[in-house]
Amino acid sequence: MWQYTEAVHDHFLHPHNAGPLDDANAIGEVGSLACGDALKLYLKINKAGVIENTGFETFGCASAIASSSVLTDMVKGMRADDALKITNKDIATALGGLPKQKMHCSVMGQEALEAAIRQWKGEPPVPHALEHGEMVCKCFGVTDAQIIRTMRENGLKTVEEVTNYTKAGGACGECLDKITEIVGKELSLKPLTEIRPKPRMTNVRRMQLVLKTLDEEIRPRLESDGGDIELVDVDGRRVVVSLRGRCSQCRSSDVTIHNLVERLLREHVEPDIIVEEA
Amino acid sequence: MRTVYLDNNATSAVDQSVLTAMLPYLSTLYGNPSSMYAFAGQASDAIDNARESVAALLGAGPDEIIFTSCGSESDNTAFWSAVQTQPEKRHLITTRVEHPAVLNVAQYWERQGYRVTYLGVDNKGRLDMDEYTGALSDDTALVSIMFANNEVGNIYPVQRMAEAAKEKGLLFHTDAVQAVGKTPIDLRHLQADMLSLSGHKIHTPKGIGVLYVRKGVRFRPFLRGGHQESGRRAGTENVPYIIGMGEAARIAAENLQEERMQVANLRDKLETNLIERIPDCIINGDIENRLPNTCNISFKNVEGEAILLMLDRLGICASSGSACTSGSLEPSHVLRAMGVPFNYAHGSIRLSLSRYTTDSDVDYVIEHFPGIIKTLRAISPYKD
Repeated sequence: MWQYTEAVHDHFLHPHNAGPLDDANAIGEVGSLACGDALKLYLKINKAGVIENTGFETFGCASAIASSSVLTDMVKGMRADDALKITNKDIATALGGLPKQKMHCSVMGQEALEAAIRQWKGEPPVPHALEHGEMVCKCFGVTDAQIIRTMRENGLKTVEEVTNYTKAGGACGECLDKITEIVGKELSLKPLTEIRPKPRMTNVRRMQLVLKTLDEEIRPRLESDGGDIELVDVDGRRVVVSLRGRCSQCRSSDVTIHNLVERLLREHVEPDIIVEEA
Repeated sequence: MRTVYLDNNATSAVDQSVLTAMLPYLSTLYGNPSSMYAFAGQASDAIDNARESVAALLGAGPDEIIFTSCGSESDNTAFWSAVQTQPEKRHLITTRVEHPAVLNVAQYWERQGYRVTYLGVDNKGRLDMDEYTGALSDDTALVSIMFANNEVGNIYPVQRMAEAAKEKGLLFHTDAVQAVGKTPIDLRHLQADMLSLSGHKIHTPKGIGVLYVRKGVRFRPFLRGGHQESGRRAGTENVPYIIGMGEAARIAAENLQEERMQVANLRDKLETNLIERIPDCIINGDIENRLPNTCNISFKNVEGEAILLMLDRLGICASSGSACTSGSLEPSHVLRAMGVPFNYAHGSIRLSLSRYTTDSDVDYVIEHFPGIIKTLRAISPYKD
């Protein structure tokens, strides 16, 4: 028996925004009957680019239905461009977590959302990960690009996790060697910049990376000079810090901020980070 | 909330008289049957009686009954013994629709270099006798064919199949875990060399199984050690459970005929009503030839786990062959072997009854089931 959270039960038993939306102008469809789950997501996006209304139809288990339901709540009232920043992890988190074997349900939600918005923008309604890359799992139609992206967004480290999140390798198992190779390769080229999901980053993720970079990269260097640094705020791409210890009296603190802190944050977090001193 | 237990092919309720028979051996009569004093002798005598009851249920002799820990151990032992006693033979025959307790064992031996024939089934889950007889060879160390299928309930023609194996002098094993107590088995006519059964499917607690080994068949123990079970299965006897097994076998033998009718009537009522009230569903399996207690229905365009969770809210216990419940990402191997279309395979539900299932249980399910399918179909993107 799966251990589902209360939120999963609630959304499954009383799904929000269930059913098709007649005036939808963005529809994303992912999955198939053969795969065992499928989602058709309906969005009504207004002229200002804001998602006004949502609907969904899902064929699948309780967590697939709950993921669809919570997603339609999350995006309602959001700007379409902001909605594109939602990751599968955000969906799972909104449900208070999903059993690890069920994470692919949240991935399906994210992919349907992306497909819908792309359709609205006039782009081919295919999740971008499917466009590029080579087909790895023929049973579930998963590409290497999709596997790598899901690995990066969720910090996956094993083949089993890849199967739980993408279903790849979960049927005939023929592609498991290929997945092992992809996982090995991905984990071996692991400077922090590579983990960073390039197309979009949530505030939470950005915050985590900033903290990690401060802890692992920046602080040790300052400490060797008897200084320290404190994070004051992260506001979009603006990172506010305060120098401590000997750094705070240092006349070249400006240089430290720009040549060290900003450079490292740009390298490890996002290329357009701006660092300011509080 | 009421509980309607319709998952008896998974496990079954412990019979009160089974429990009563076991209790003394869980408390005061704790002697080791191998000991020499009269106090322990009581346990030893009780085991002899239990062995006779199990033998009587199967039409076997008591010295052909080995108590094990579960059906899986019995199946593993059958393969082990067949392979070890005939090291020159390198071929095994089984089916694609076996329980994992046989299927995974066959695959294990395949990895050890054995050639394994997995017999296919048609869309009703039936085996092809010609394919079977064509596969029999002098190199075959063991034929293992399930007596009845756990998912769809099909009863296989093991009697004819065992005869065909016998004619070639080949060893024949049958996993009868789902069949015992539900359909008559008489080893005086059925020429199987080995047969596995499990107690908890016939109302004992979990943790007791039996392997029947026909007298004269060469045997090698799977579990080595002490001399218990005439040196064929080491380990101090699980006395209370063996006693429970004996009592369950006695009750099964006594009630088999009457119970079959009663259970089949309820199953048929349940099945007919569900099929009538719910559009777009199919019965999986061979309705001409299946266990009286098993009903496996597929509902188009809905997913089994979602159905199970909604049933669970009403206290109805069932199981599904859908991917999401199988722990894998694919629907059950049995339904796939049968070629059940995907839009049906993911929505399969197994309802399995027992002597404890009542008419009112069946009415309750008939009343609530159609609404569940309707709700789920309303939010499914697939409408036809």
